[in-house]
Amino acid sequence: MTVAEKKPRVIEPDSLIGKRIPKMDAPEKASGRTRYIHDINLSGQLHGKILRSGRIHALIKSIDTSAAKALPGVHVVITAADIPDQRPIGVAKDHFPLKVGRVRSQRDEIAAVAAESEEIAEAALKLIKVEYEDLPVISDPEDAIKPDAILIHPEPHGADGTHLHLKQGTSIAHKGKPDNIAMRFDYAHGDVVQGETESDVVVEDTFKLHYVTHCCMGVSGMIAEFDAAGNVLMYSNTQVPFLHKREFAEYLHIDPARIRIIQPPIGGGFGSKLDIYPFEVICLYLARAAKRPVKMLFTREEEFLASPTRQPVLLTLRSGCKKDGTLTFRTVHTLHDNGAYTSWGATTPFVMMQTFSSLYRVPHCDYHTAAVYTNNPYAGSFRGYGNLQATFAIEQHMDMLAEAIGMDPLEFRMKNAQDAGEVTGQGMSFKSCGFKECITTAATRSDFSRKFAENRANQKKPGNIKRGIGMASMLHVGGGAKIYPSDGCGTILKMDDFANVTLITGASEIGQGSETVLSQLVCEELGLPISAITVVNNDTAITPWDVGVHASRTTFIAGNSAIGAAKKAKAKILAVAAKKYGAAEAELDLRGGFVIRGDSGEAIVEVSKLLRNLHFQDKAELVMTTFYYEPPSVHQDKGFKGDVSAAYAWGTQVVEIEVDTDTGFIKLAKVTGAHDVGRVLNRLGIEGQIEGGVVMGQGYAFTEDLMMQDGIMKNPNFRDYKLVTAPEIPEMDIAFIESMDGEGPQGAKGVGEAPAICMAAAAANAIANATGVRMFELPFTPEKVYRALHGQTPKLYWKPWKAE
Amino acid sequence: MSLKHDIEFTLNGVQRKVTVDVTMNALDMLREVVGLTGTKYGCGEGECGACTIRVDGVSLNSCLMFAVDCHGRSVTTVEGLTDQPRGEALRDAFVAHGAVQCGFCTPGMMMQADHLLAKHEHPDDACVKRGLEGNLCRCTGYKKIVDAVVACGAAE
Repeated sequence: MTVAEKKPRVIEPDSLIGKRIPKMDAPEKASGRTRYIHDINLSGQLHGKILRSGRIHALIKSIDTSAAKALPGVHVVITAADIPDQRPIGVAKDHFPLKVGRVRSQRDEIAAVAAESEEIAEAALKLIKVEYEDLPVISDPEDAIKPDAILIHPEPHGADGTHLHLKQGTSIAHKGKPDNIAMRFDYAHGDVVQGETESDVVVEDTFKLHYVTHCCMGVSGMIAEFDAAGNVLMYSNTQVPFLHKREFAEYLHIDPARIRIIQPPIGGGFGSKLDIYPFEVICLYLARAAKRPVKMLFTREEEFLASPTRQPVLLTLRSGCKKDGTLTFRTVHTLHDNGAYTSWGATTPFVMMQTFSSLYRVPHCDYHTAAVYTNNPYAGSFRGYGNLQATFAIEQHMDMLAEAIGMDPLEFRMKNAQDAGEVTGQGMSFKSCGFKECITTAATRSDFSRKFAENRANQKKPGNIKRGIGMASMLHVGGGAKIYPSDGCGTILKMDDFANVTLITGASEIGQGSETVLSQLVCEELGLPISAITVVNNDTAITPWDVGVHASRTTFIAGNSAIGAAKKAKAKILAVAAKKYGAAEAELDLRGGFVIRGDSGEAIVEVSKLLRNLHFQDKAELVMTTFYYEPPSVHQDKGFKGDVSAAYAWGTQVVEIEVDTDTGFIKLAKVTGAHDVGRVLNRLGIEGQIEGGVVMGQGYAFTEDLMMQDGIMKNPNFRDYKLVTAPEIPEMDIAFIESMDGEGPQGAKGVGEAPAICMAAAAANAIANATGVRMFELPFTPEKVYRALHGQTPKLYWKPWKAE
Repeated sequence: MSLKHDIEFTLNGVQRKVTVDVTMNALDMLREVVGLTGTKYGCGEGECGACTIRVDGVSLNSCLMFAVDCHGRSVTTVEGLTDQPRGEALRDAFVAHGAVQCGFCTPGMMMQADHLLAKHEHPDDACVKRGLEGNLCRCTGYKKIVDAVVACGAAE
């Protein structure tokens, strides 16, 4: 501004919300300059490698590491015997990082080496001799619950690292299991017997869901270093640094304050980095023993073998409705393949039961499930967290019930869909709910009803190409999830005297674009351009606490936390400006880098100038503020009831396919999605989340299948584990329903997991619409489809079973 | 002990002389010997395309190529690509179209796209999808990557 200017400068209103803001780290990433964990090397660094089990289920009789230790370049070789203070890890604390006495799956860790190079470490692994005594293998969860099944975890684990032959008086860390049931959940609301008597139509079917895995493009890895004082520095790809800091400290028997976790940019997460895995603890053991930094990276084969999976589920669903289309009851029994150990996969029924109990209004609902130990890979958390499996069954039955009473599937769904204001049998309270709008929008945009009727009429007509259209909807937490004692996220916001902002947030960035969305929210509040902000989000020594990236919570929780911090900063700036320029605070606002008069938009002073004055003349501290936020949700009670999320996300996807009945090949032609996201914050980012989720759901439905046979993984590579490629993607038409959640940051709700959830269910409904044949088992490979179309698929039936 | 070999080649326009293990692949040579880490390891067996480089103008999986086979040839990596006008345009298009999420596949995608645009003038959607078939992405669902490459081609 020059003094000659007479007219006051007016700053026009502008908003960053809903705009297409490019991801802030994209230029670096697209230049190949971003340093992922794979690209970081510390001086003096050694390379760690793990020897995995050669057997599926066996007793370890002896391990001889002498030849490996003697190999030049080898610094450390460890087995369980070398780590007497090992503690069991995982969600149920049911396994040691280095296995003791027994191996239970192909990926089991027997020994580890730290050496000068990866080649030497690999050569050393080959010199380790292990003697085993094989045990019978359980590769089918149904076998795991037979009365005479061999037990996977018969012996107790001692807290001192002992496993077999515990001495009297040893404190017990894991008691061992008298059966193969890792975890069970029993849920009920209403009375399903009454519900069934009120039903005019009842259907019951068994659904079978398969193994898939995350396939992050960046393989797992970590670097661990102990300094001379015994402090630990970890470069880790974790999605939950603060919880892990505490856990790692437990495993190392040190104070958590001595652990610092730095998270380099992550090559994909999707839930895979939510638990502590053996390799991470082993890498720490190696670094501790070697007194050198140790870097450990998986090969792609190892990534397949030793990463978590989505949990396979066997599911029998019994549902009923009245002739008028009112749902009456739903009884669900599921059996989950937990694999050999317990990770987050075992707890996915928490999410599944939300879909069973509350996606539609169901007066009576019963759900019983058990996750059982087998000798298969162990299941973790994966985008959607059980919801893909639950939705696959529920949404097929919605179509089947509609057909049984002769009602249009769209009308049937609308009749039973939830509305805002509803409190479900499970205690979920829907404050913002655009569910019905999702259904009608997706249906209208895809011309669902016309095509549905047309395709059905064409089923019996000649020609090998059959078109199908199918619909599925989903409900998922969208306002955090109160799983841990706190669901919070801290923010520190710092402004310098040029009005540049540093946002220091606990929220981790795993590729989803949180750093950009959080920046938008802060800059929107402070009236600054997005270029004014720097985000620090990857170092536990600097950032405030956050519970982690999971449950589609970051935008909602970290977003609200960041807005809170920005509001505090804004109040401080306006208070100073009001005093200085003789105005009331309420009359002022921040816009375009200026303090302005809210009514006229007239610029009063540049924020940077004001801040400099504050700093140099008033000798006041620069604006630094913290804000802590906890969402208004509650923990579930013992019956799994309670409003666990501050908001819920809704979505409907319509899938259009072409089935070649001669080959069983299905072309996914188009996906029309309508998602209630509360409000679009970054249109570019949210489109990317939805498109990526749709294609991940496409992989789950059609191409991906982690094949297990007798506990052996048959296809641990990208040649035989088929990810969707560019030419196979469908046309996508995505609509956003903005229900403006009252609690959400600028009205937004979480969306990260949502788009992957409906695809398989909608595809199954589309196949039935195209061919009249219903498929109950994934994935829909040409072979499976061909068999089903030619009556070669025996009807699946799993007798409902519940743990006593 | 493994056999070593001296090779000379042009890397991103600069003449380089390095000594490599004869069993080493070009990917490891670039990352570990030369120290350019923009080229990524995704699978090590030519299935994911994260390690795509251009050798005498042709896009290749560097994990499937012996380092010694770079001798006498001209190699371009993502670091060299973004110094060139088309590379810069591709980078800007990837950023503007939201084609980058975790970013791990991005360097390989950029290299493949560069090759594609050199071979095809103004490619359409189908052409770009075919061209990127060998490059896996787990985050984006490909659409925004395809959009970025099509837009970049259209602007040439």
